Amino acid sequence: MAISNLTLAGLTRTQLLEMHYKMALLRRFEEKSAEEYTRGKIGGFMHLYIGQEAVGVGAITALRPDDKILSSYREHGHAIVKGMEPRVVMAELFGKITGCSKGKGGSMHMWSNELGVLGGNAIVAAQMPIAAGVGLAMQYQELDTIVACFFGDGAVDEGAFHEALNLASIWNLPVVYICENNQYSMGMAVQKAWAVDSLLPRAAGHNMPGEQIDGMDVIEVYESTKRAVERARSGQGPTLLEIKTYRFRGHSMTDPAYYRTRDEEQQWRTTRDPIGIFEKKLLELDLATQNEIDANDARATQVAEDAAEFAENSPDPALEELYTDVMVDNSTALARRHEV
Amino acid sequence: MRTITFRDALREAIREEMQRDERVFILGEDIAGYGGTYAVSKGLFEEFGEKRVRDTPLAEEVITGAAIGAALGGLRPILELMTINFSLLASDQIVNQAAKFRYMFGGQPEIRLVVRMPGGGGAQRGAQHSQMLESWYAHIPGLKVVMPATPYDAKGMLKSAVRDPDPVLFIEHELLYNIKGEVPDEDVDYTVPLDRGEVRREGQHVTIITFSRMLHVTMQAVEDLAKEGIEAEVIDLRSIRPIDIDLIINSVKKTNRVVIAEEGWKYYGTGQGLAALIYEYAFDYMDAPVQHVNSADVPMPYSKVLERAALPNKSDIVNAVKAIVPQALVRG
Repeated sequence: MAISNLTLAGLTRTQLLEMHYKMALLRRFEEKSAEEYTRGKIGGFMHLYIGQEAVGVGAITALRPDDKILSSYREHGHAIVKGMEPRVVMAELFGKITGCSKGKGGSMHMWSNELGVLGGNAIVAAQMPIAAGVGLAMQYQELDTIVACFFGDGAVDEGAFHEALNLASIWNLPVVYICENNQYSMGMAVQKAWAVDSLLPRAAGHNMPGEQIDGMDVIEVYESTKRAVERARSGQGPTLLEIKTYRFRGHSMTDPAYYRTRDEEQQWRTTRDPIGIFEKKLLELDLATQNEIDANDARATQVAEDAAEFAENSPDPALEELYTDVMVDNSTALARRHEV
Repeated sequence: MRTITFRDALREAIREEMQRDERVFILGEDIAGYGGTYAVSKGLFEEFGEKRVRDTPLAEEVITGAAIGAALGGLRPILELMTINFSLLASDQIVNQAAKFRYMFGGQPEIRLVVRMPGGGGAQRGAQHSQMLESWYAHIPGLKVVMPATPYDAKGMLKSAVRDPDPVLFIEHELLYNIKGEVPDEDVDYTVPLDRGEVRREGQHVTIITFSRMLHVTMQAVEDLAKEGIEAEVIDLRSIRPIDIDLIINSVKKTNRVVIAEEGWKYYGTGQGLAALIYEYAFDYMDAPVQHVNSADVPMPYSKVLERAALPNKSDIVNAVKAIVPQALVRG
């Protein structure tokens, strides 16, 4: 077929294929992590992004490399799309010294100064006030760098959600607040937890623009985030995006998901897979061939395998690392150890 | 040298650091228009403007989180929480966020944050306004906790705190803002380290370890003791975390007897923590158990007579010393 000059949402074929590859990578990476977790290579809590790929890829594609992101504990996808090498993410999951946090953080605590990945937070909604502060710093220093803050439908229930939106609103902070509403905070269905049935009244309640988006459509996510990013970057302040999505697996690796039916999960998996939806669209519009799609998936699988191998072969942190990085000046509870 | 109030010393520190470094700014409830609940920031809004002297909404959790985020974004925030009592609303941001970020993210973030807040009681402000909670925060690896007792230290330590790359909780005392003390002249840029205590008075019969407002009560008590021939050594801790353990142990080796005078409650507090360290490092030098002087183990009552009874006073310190310094030693 002739090489198409068509674009979709202003994205070229190359860009679209790259987005597809990233979605495939996120899927294969998470599947591989799940496998390694079951083998005992990864411990603690691990929260998979399977089913939510369109949100991470769509939103972060709309950012500049210098923009900052803050996320929740369901962050592997965000880190990878922002540019963190899958090897470095997997090594962190394995608790190795080659991990992005030297193995001291794990699944929920990933960071990169260079990439602007500012955590990873295990306290629901705690990243929202912090994101406001990072936005404040950008504004104060007259930079046009913006902040994207990812959080879930559970975070919406915390007081910090409201406090952060209010502060971002009154100070006109350059923050895009992105709610990945996957319908359940652990087992609590959003219909039971929220007094309203969308975040639009809450955006209005905090006097900022709000949008509700189909999170299974990576292009819709991209376009709405792009709008919000432009607003933030041009000094028009924060936006609240409610991106409706679904996680195909449980809340975390140990969740048997009694609170939803297998039928419901099946429905979403078979008819609302964001990768499948995107592939269908690309094929229908002659923006990709089946070969290219398969090649992306094969590469994604390979990269995920390679990441696991790298993590497996990486060394553990030296025991001395137990005491490093508590304070910049290495002080501890005692200023000096008393030598008897 | 000049004599100024504790409050003025704090303001000078803030002002000098703001003049020195564009990235330093202050935020808190009622610090700009109102000039600060305790007038510490009075005049700063007029001098620096609203970008650098920011009134915040009444929302401890978000303003603390925002201060942390501002530090991550390259600024040097000095956050004022109106009192340590209200810091409880921000305790997740202090304990789970500020204290943990550097460690759990493998040494990458730097949180150059100062959180100023007064604690303590004695002005009939009632149970929810009168607490001394430094030991809660001093328990946490990843935080520095300091409590200056004099204008000299208030200014010098606040300047150090602003320049420090770690998160510092700077705990003042509501009843200290008006006390006066000597500080160097205006053109002298001095700092006081955040990991050193100070011997305020030398003596050979007993070591009294104290901090914050209780330093001043202690200095009155030791005058009374001196009249009876008891010479007390007084250590002003200044820093609760990290603790200047060497200073303490060297004194204990000399006097063999310790009284810890603090305003906070006894159980699981700073004094008990310190006593355990003293036993750990200097057990063989002890001639008596550590004596503790604390507030009564009750929520602070409002009634003037009850509040006075709840707070430790100089007689409590004198009695604690006499309980472990025998007459024979004094007559020596």
